[in-house]
Amino acid sequence: MIGFLKKINWMTLLIPIVSVILGLLCGAVIMLIIGYNPLLAYQSIVESIFLQPYYGGETIRAMIPLVLAGLAVAFAFRTGLFNIGVEGQLMVGWLASVACAIIFGHLPRVLLLPMSIIAGGAAGALWGYIPGLLKAKFKVHEVISTIMMNYIALYTTAYIIKNFLYHEGERTPTIPASASLASNFLANLTQGSRLHWGFIVVIIAVIAMWYILWKTTKGYELRAVGFSPDASKYAGMNVSRNIVLSLTISGIFAGLGGAMEGLGTYQYMTINSAFTGIGFNGIAVALLGLNSPIGVVFAGALFAGLQTGGLTMQSVAGVPVELIQIIIALIIFFVGSSYVIKWAIERLSRKGHKK
Amino acid sequence: MSYAIEMRHIRKEFPGIVANDDITLQVEEGEIHALFGENGAGKSTLMNVLFGLYQPDQGEIYVHGKKAVIHDPNDATRLGIGMVHQHFMLIDKFTVAENIVLGKEPKKHGLLDMAKAVKIVKELSEKYGLDVDPNQKVEDITVGMQQRVEILKTLYRGSDILIFDEPTAVLTPLEIQELIVIMKRLVKEGKSIILITHKLKEIFEACDRCTVIRRGKNIDSVAISDTNPSELASMMVGRKVNVQVNDAPYEPKEKVLEVDHLTVLDSRKVNVIKELNLTVHGGEILGIAGVDGNGQTELIEAIAGLRKVKNGRIKINGQDVTNQKTRKIIEAGLGYIPEDRQKHGLVLDFSIGENMVLQTYYKKPYAQLGILQNKVITKKAKQLIQEFDVRTPSEKTLARSLSGGNQQKVIVAREVDRSPELLIAAQPTRGLDIGAIEFIHGKLIDEKKKGKAVLLVSFELDEILRLSDRIAVIYEGNIIDIVNPKETDENELGLLMAGRKKGGNQA
Repeated sequence: MIGFLKKINWMTLLIPIVSVILGLLCGAVIMLIIGYNPLLAYQSIVESIFLQPYYGGETIRAMIPLVLAGLAVAFAFRTGLFNIGVEGQLMVGWLASVACAIIFGHLPRVLLLPMSIIAGGAAGALWGYIPGLLKAKFKVHEVISTIMMNYIALYTTAYIIKNFLYHEGERTPTIPASASLASNFLANLTQGSRLHWGFIVVIIAVIAMWYILWKTTKGYELRAVGFSPDASKYAGMNVSRNIVLSLTISGIFAGLGGAMEGLGTYQYMTINSAFTGIGFNGIAVALLGLNSPIGVVFAGALFAGLQTGGLTMQSVAGVPVELIQIIIALIIFFVGSSYVIKWAIERLSRKGHKK
Repeated sequence: MSYAIEMRHIRKEFPGIVANDDITLQVEEGEIHALFGENGAGKSTLMNVLFGLYQPDQGEIYVHGKKAVIHDPNDATRLGIGMVHQHFMLIDKFTVAENIVLGKEPKKHGLLDMAKAVKIVKELSEKYGLDVDPNQKVEDITVGMQQRVEILKTLYRGSDILIFDEPTAVLTPLEIQELIVIMKRLVKEGKSIILITHKLKEIFEACDRCTVIRRGKNIDSVAISDTNPSELASMMVGRKVNVQVNDAPYEPKEKVLEVDHLTVLDSRKVNVIKELNLTVHGGEILGIAGVDGNGQTELIEAIAGLRKVKNGRIKINGQDVTNQKTRKIIEAGLGYIPEDRQKHGLVLDFSIGENMVLQTYYKKPYAQLGILQNKVITKKAKQLIQEFDVRTPSEKTLARSLSGGNQQKVIVAREVDRSPELLIAAQPTRGLDIGAIEFIHGKLIDEKKKGKAVLLVSFELDEILRLSDRIAVIYEGNIIDIVNPKETDENELGLLMAGRKKGGNQA
């Protein structure tokens, strides 16, 4: 019985790893067909990330919002909810943090920076709270409502920037330095990358998710409701309240992700005509990271690394950077078809046993 | 001598377990043969092999002395093997005759010949004494009648070997008696029957011979006339069985549960509980007997705050808990062993340890200031696992991977350990094997001895009669009588459960 359980754990860990390998292999095949050298391409990615400080810094920079988005999806998923609205929550978080930084620009840094970060998280929380409430009170499916909330976020942020915070270049003004997460020290360390202090927020968020879910009574409740709403109800838990809470906390993670972009990477927010894509990539990150905080970090690192390293791949091996998106899509495809992979592994290992 | 069915040395392996290990089953022509064993012993697997749903890894099947290879249920049907499933496969909106001919309809000029179908069904029904009206809709007939429709389905397809899969689980005592008469009639008309069961009583009332299997292995085949219930029971379990009896003196204390003129609606807004009154005292086990669907589930759910009360009052320990939140009711002193242990009693993907504190996780000592005290929880879980004999590698094991009996022990351990003033046990032993049943019965009796009130709801009359200090019979949402188990028997209870009050009056 124990052996059986161990096998399952090992299997679940194996699936994302195998998926990544298969994704990279398929990517290599595509490169070969088009006539590029896949070895050179992958080599350039690895070399740039690990040997060139600029790309290393940019990879971590790209990880910051991606991991937060992944945590948001994973957290909701642990409670049995599918938060597709991370994208929208991230956008309102972004705008709220930038707006707070500009409006209260006269305040000292010790107040302004935390306030702006909190504003981002709070806006995301509100954007998660609404679909949570709709689900708890009126049984509106969260997938539908969070998708709708994405569009509301997209156009509302654009409207607010255009009418209240407009600056030349279709964007908000730049935030005051006192609210900025950017750092000359980190930039110099990484030869001018946009790496900023936001990674500390990510570390705190990763630990917070783990702590909330596995160490607190609230987290226990959230997980119980996620696994079995019926048994939770019979045990006297308030299922509706937990749904609202889960999507709200999920929104905080997403909102913080937006704040990191606003206060760290860009120092402003542009009027977006389309989604940033970070929120949707967050779904993939959570999926590949098996919805665990540490898994999300690894998956986020992989995707950020591929995206950043893809730029050198283009210059060194001549492979178009779009191919990276194909590889990421393939990895997600393989994770999604985990059933097939599980089946294949089981067959292979059984054959091995019989011999 | 040739057998109706002979399965020789059947072996069927699933990943990780051997479900059937060298099992031989010989069913003589014209006998009722019991296939007897605990849950998970391999009875269903064996019958699924016979019915063509599984292919055996080893072994041979002979039907009427001829070797047969059964690839699928169609092969089985062609060979005259018919299965009466535990869960009926009937279409409610169709008539009895339509259901019976479905899939093999009599035709005239390529069109369905309903008149002929009705005639055939009527003839079959009369021949075997089944007393079924072919023109009634299935949704309008009783469960016992529906089962007879299932029997007719197999007869219509020409089966002469009938497999009954736990047929009495859904029946009232009266219907069980009728079923036994029908089975004997079928045998008299030349059919052979395999009865899958884990109930001793049925075997001794209905069967000629019995094959006992345990953990996938053949234990023995015996003629019923040569054995006795306790011998068969110990053959099934593999050791001596101690039957738990409620022998503690009946000394009722103060009222713990008071249900006063309770009216509850079901999901279709129909009154399922009507003006129901019920009192359970400390130091007693009150058994609720009744046929499934007479309001038992709704009554319990209303007490537990899981279903809205329309009218009336519910008090626990004198405290009014009508329409309160479930948590508040639990804190007022309710313990609850739910009917559906996997859906309602456990979070299957939680560890045993986590499941042990499902209602108390937020309280001291399991939590301090909102932080779980995992060490305390683990210690408690280990203690309860030991105390309640939960067979598990560790408290970290997921509840999902436990057997049904051990899952139920986890729930009982959790509920009893909280020491609730009122313990509701709904079907606490359904689907469990004898060992686990006796263990759980013992725990319920212990609660009574401690002076707690126990409300036992069960469809098993044996269980109700054996454990209860008083028996309340529920019928169509009302308690129609309360009887003393020492002064009643299954017959009287059966009549009450069918709505007939003492003296033959309709209630």
